[in-house]
Amino acid sequence: MEYCPVQYPDQFNQEISQNKAVHIYFPQAIPLVAYIDESCLYLKENKCRICEGVCKNNAINLNQTAEIKEVNVGAIILSTGLEPFDPKVRAEYRYGEFENVVTSMDYERLLSSTGPYQGEVLRASDKKHPQKIAWIQCVGSRQVIPGGNSYCSAVCCTYAQKHVILTKDHYADAECTIFHNDIRSYGKDFERFYERTEQLPGVRFIRSYTSIVKENPVTKNVSIRYSTPNDGVKEEEFDMVVLSVGLNPPTDAKGLAKKYGIELNLHDFCKLNPVNPMETNRPGIFVSGAFQGPIDIPESVFSASGASSQCGELLDYRRGNLAKERIYPLERDVSQEEPRIGVFVCHCGANIGRIVDVPSAVEYALTLPNVVYAQEQLFSCATNSAKEITDMTKEKGLNRVVVAACSPRTLEPLFRDTLREAGINQYYYEMANIREHNSWVHSKEKEESTQKAKDIIRMSVARACHLQSLQEFDLPVNKTALVVGGGIAGMNCALSIANQGHEVYLLEKDTDLGGIARKLYDTLEGLDVQAYLSELTRKIYQHPLVHVYTDTAITEATGYVGNFVTKVKSARGVSEIKHGAVVIAIGADVYTPTEYLYGEDDRVMTHLELEEQIAQRDERVINSESLVMIQCVGCRNEDRNYCSRVCCSESIKNALKLRELNPEMDIYILFRDMRTYGFQEDYYREAASKDVKFIRYEPHDLPQVEAGESEEGRPVLKLTVTDLILGKKLELDADIISLAAAVIPSAVTKEVAELFKVTLSPDGFFKEAHVKLRPVEFGTDGVYLCGMAHYPKHITETINQAYGAAGRVLTLLSHDTVIASGSVCEVEEKKCMGCGACIAVCKYGAIEFRETRQGKKAVVNPVLCKGDGLCNAKCPTGAISLLHFTDEELLSQIDAVVPKQEIMQQIEAANVPN
Amino acid sequence: MCSGRVDLAYVLRAFSNGIDGVFIGGCRLNECNYITHGNYHALNMVLLCRRIMEHIGLNPERLRIEFMSGSEGNLFAEVVNDVVKQVKKLGPLGKSEGLDPNELKSKLAEVTKLVPYIKVVMQGKLASRLENPEEYDGLFTSDEIDSLFRDVVSYYIDPQKCQACMICAKRCPVEAIISAKNQIHVIDQDKCIKCGTCFEACPTRFGAVTKISGEPAPPPIPEEERTIVRKSKGKK
Repeated sequence: MEYCPVQYPDQFNQEISQNKAVHIYFPQAIPLVAYIDESCLYLKENKCRICEGVCKNNAINLNQTAEIKEVNVGAIILSTGLEPFDPKVRAEYRYGEFENVVTSMDYERLLSSTGPYQGEVLRASDKKHPQKIAWIQCVGSRQVIPGGNSYCSAVCCTYAQKHVILTKDHYADAECTIFHNDIRSYGKDFERFYERTEQLPGVRFIRSYTSIVKENPVTKNVSIRYSTPNDGVKEEEFDMVVLSVGLNPPTDAKGLAKKYGIELNLHDFCKLNPVNPMETNRPGIFVSGAFQGPIDIPESVFSASGASSQCGELLDYRRGNLAKERIYPLERDVSQEEPRIGVFVCHCGANIGRIVDVPSAVEYALTLPNVVYAQEQLFSCATNSAKEITDMTKEKGLNRVVVAACSPRTLEPLFRDTLREAGINQYYYEMANIREHNSWVHSKEKEESTQKAKDIIRMSVARACHLQSLQEFDLPVNKTALVVGGGIAGMNCALSIANQGHEVYLLEKDTDLGGIARKLYDTLEGLDVQAYLSELTRKIYQHPLVHVYTDTAITEATGYVGNFVTKVKSARGVSEIKHGAVVIAIGADVYTPTEYLYGEDDRVMTHLELEEQIAQRDERVINSESLVMIQCVGCRNEDRNYCSRVCCSESIKNALKLRELNPEMDIYILFRDMRTYGFQEDYYREAASKDVKFIRYEPHDLPQVEAGESEEGRPVLKLTVTDLILGKKLELDADIISLAAAVIPSAVTKEVAELFKVTLSPDGFFKEAHVKLRPVEFGTDGVYLCGMAHYPKHITETINQAYGAAGRVLTLLSHDTVIASGSVCEVEEKKCMGCGACIAVCKYGAIEFRETRQGKKAVVNPVLCKGDGLCNAKCPTGAISLLHFTDEELLSQIDAVVPKQEIMQQIEAANVPN
Repeated sequence: MCSGRVDLAYVLRAFSNGIDGVFIGGCRLNECNYITHGNYHALNMVLLCRRIMEHIGLNPERLRIEFMSGSEGNLFAEVVNDVVKQVKKLGPLGKSEGLDPNELKSKLAEVTKLVPYIKVVMQGKLASRLENPEEYDGLFTSDEIDSLFRDVVSYYIDPQKCQACMICAKRCPVEAIISAKNQIHVIDQDKCIKCGTCFEACPTRFGAVTKISGEPAPPPIPEEERTIVRKSKGKK
């Protein structure tokens, strides 16, 4: 890469900076390897070939040609992703014309530490930090104009807020302005995130359409015209303008559709089956991710895992056919031997080698106590280098290995494997991170960096001396699953697991299956919910592997991944269920409003009650002259600081239905932000076009409702609300008021959380292991999550997640054993004083007291221990220790931070009087 | 491993080794990788240790904890640079505070020896969860730390009462009780970690172990006087 003479715009960095023809796509690319692209001089003009000459490993082959390979598969998943909207299709965005107008994709790269300016946000015109930055929302979204998309792109509100927060982190005094339409913070924790952004100093949210009017010819600043109800039309200059571009379908979606024989929807995304959104019209071809439509990361992960579960349903009979089992040599017991340490120092190509003097680090390592062998390697992780570590371990009789390279996060498992191959216990491996912690951050200080590499190696060697051989546990896996909750989420999840040959116990607290969906009649897209529900219920009852328990209460849940035991009381009596995995799909409840005369006046109802009455064609409702819906009742407030996500489209759905049944009715929707994200936006537009009136209100000025009479003397509900555009009070007469009541966590959430030792988010819903990357599992192994128990969501989203959870359950249940880490806590009984400090802090319940002749003593159940080591720090006597991170191991590292002689010198120097 | 695994003893060890500053990085509060929220415990340990540093005359700014996530490389770099800058400004450990090196050494050794005792006494507070940074100052007060060290307890076996039953010796987690059959037991004060197990273990009808607060334990009785002559046996 260093020698390649080609300079061309870096694709990954949005062409803001230059790259070489030989390059690694981006620093976290998988696989992390260099490749040559079309800008190569040899490929273009048949000259150069410098790289061939300088590559020591002869890894470059400039004569490779494209190959066509035929692969036979049983199923296909289309995860083509999306294409960002290109603002160049609309000249009024001035993208490409004004230098300091960038897209959100450009800005994302500018913010990144691996971006064009190493994380500095600089203007294209003068390479200076912008002080005043504006974001323009809905670029290419929510617009029915040529080139634009009518739908909402669903992710831009929150990513723009992220940009603002990161910008303020970089430059505390930056002034950030977001010009927006509705703010759609409908995702989990997004409302809090919105609030956090809004409260930052120097941040303005301005609800206004905008136009980019001009560029200052001298400063290259960009002027934006906008209007507010108070100040009218204004023009303001910004140093930089970020276009929050929306999401388009993948490039050539039509070609893709033709190739695979699948249908697309109106917007050229994949046409989905609403009750199985991972399914295309062609059996065996599935879809996941943003080809489903504009969705965020968690939903992409649901559908990815879900699509894999559906492939499993098709191909389960062939599971494991392509897997090969590794066989390792017997482990040699070296616990009685003196430590014989081998140190391997990695160049990581130029990543380390260009900054750190690797040969000198090797030489230094050889001077350290117990180091009997040291060498350098170009890439320690390369297959030949890994084998070299194994070979040298055997040849030199090493019993500890230190690799000085990168972060253990990615490659520790690989290097542990080299020890196993050499017949040494893998816990005798230690990693010294001289890349992320050193060469990458000290690229301009070569000498100091070399010294620091030596320091890090010295610390690792010190620790390696004290490492112990540890055994990992093979836990048997009971192949049965338990699904708690018999709603749409639980039933779909149970079916997908059962369709892959596993027994499933499905627990429902009510007498009937169906959950909250029993109260729904249709969806915006026109799904007949009750018909779907009875079909789903029938499938559940007919499936030979699904055992349904109704009227169920869980009395006790014990055990751990692969081996749970749950006791239940149900219509079938008392039973004890043994299972390997558990899915929590207990759904959610609806808030019972205390606002707006609800419960006092029977003309006030919730949106679900309205839906029921519409379905039953209740005359009072259908014939009413005027009907008002109030959004955000019981959430987006202090008590429940989240958005219930489904109510905006629920109200739109009811409004459209009512309009169909009674074209004369006055229908009003009082809202704060209409959050009809994604394709639901089209229905919002339809409602507006059919004369459903939308009136926005502010949370500090709520609508007021009281019983009264209309001018004609008709008894009505009098509703007062401030019209923010006209700036005056409006009075509406309503025959019916429908409240969009919040979705709240199920009443049994806490109880279930305690039983299965899982945690809750601040809003009281279950907390997934990682909000983006692991949204269907818990931190507690073997416990999974789907449906409204996780967060309010639509039926289609619930089904995505239900299959997603099934996919994760299968990755566990398809194995005969699970491996538990050997790095767990252990109690030295003699030293235990029985104070219980460890038990008090172990939330996993992994430590218990045992009565002995010397009083109560703590014992650890290693299977439940997660190796956090909190107990270790609490223990006054040092009786409990976290193996692999013992006091001895860690203190030896602390002692090695500074070499002994240096400490002595420093102390002596300090002793010299001034 | 969690930041809550960082032991008070590790920080003290670093300072005893002449390290000028210690920085602890933990996950963002309320974003626990486990379910334990151990980073709050790490924070409490730091708050306690900073008070202890004040008590022995060290500048508490030498110890710092910050919370960040794995994706916040920029923040990490910023914080580390800031810590380094600050520690450089503070200068060499002890010298800048006007402490005699030997005095500092012995003070640190003394505190290190009391770590088990501090963990016992402060157990509840070390495991608490302060949601509000304004509460940080109040968790441990200077007065509290002064009295912690002033009123430090010792355990002493009253030779008049000891029946040489060996119960306390068997229970002692650090084998600090010198015992044998018919030999009056004696606590080795160098080994003792002041956990109080012997105090709890000694049968109430003997009540031989006494808790002494704020002053050292009396010297042990000489070895030659430790044999018990049992009256009952004599009569038979």
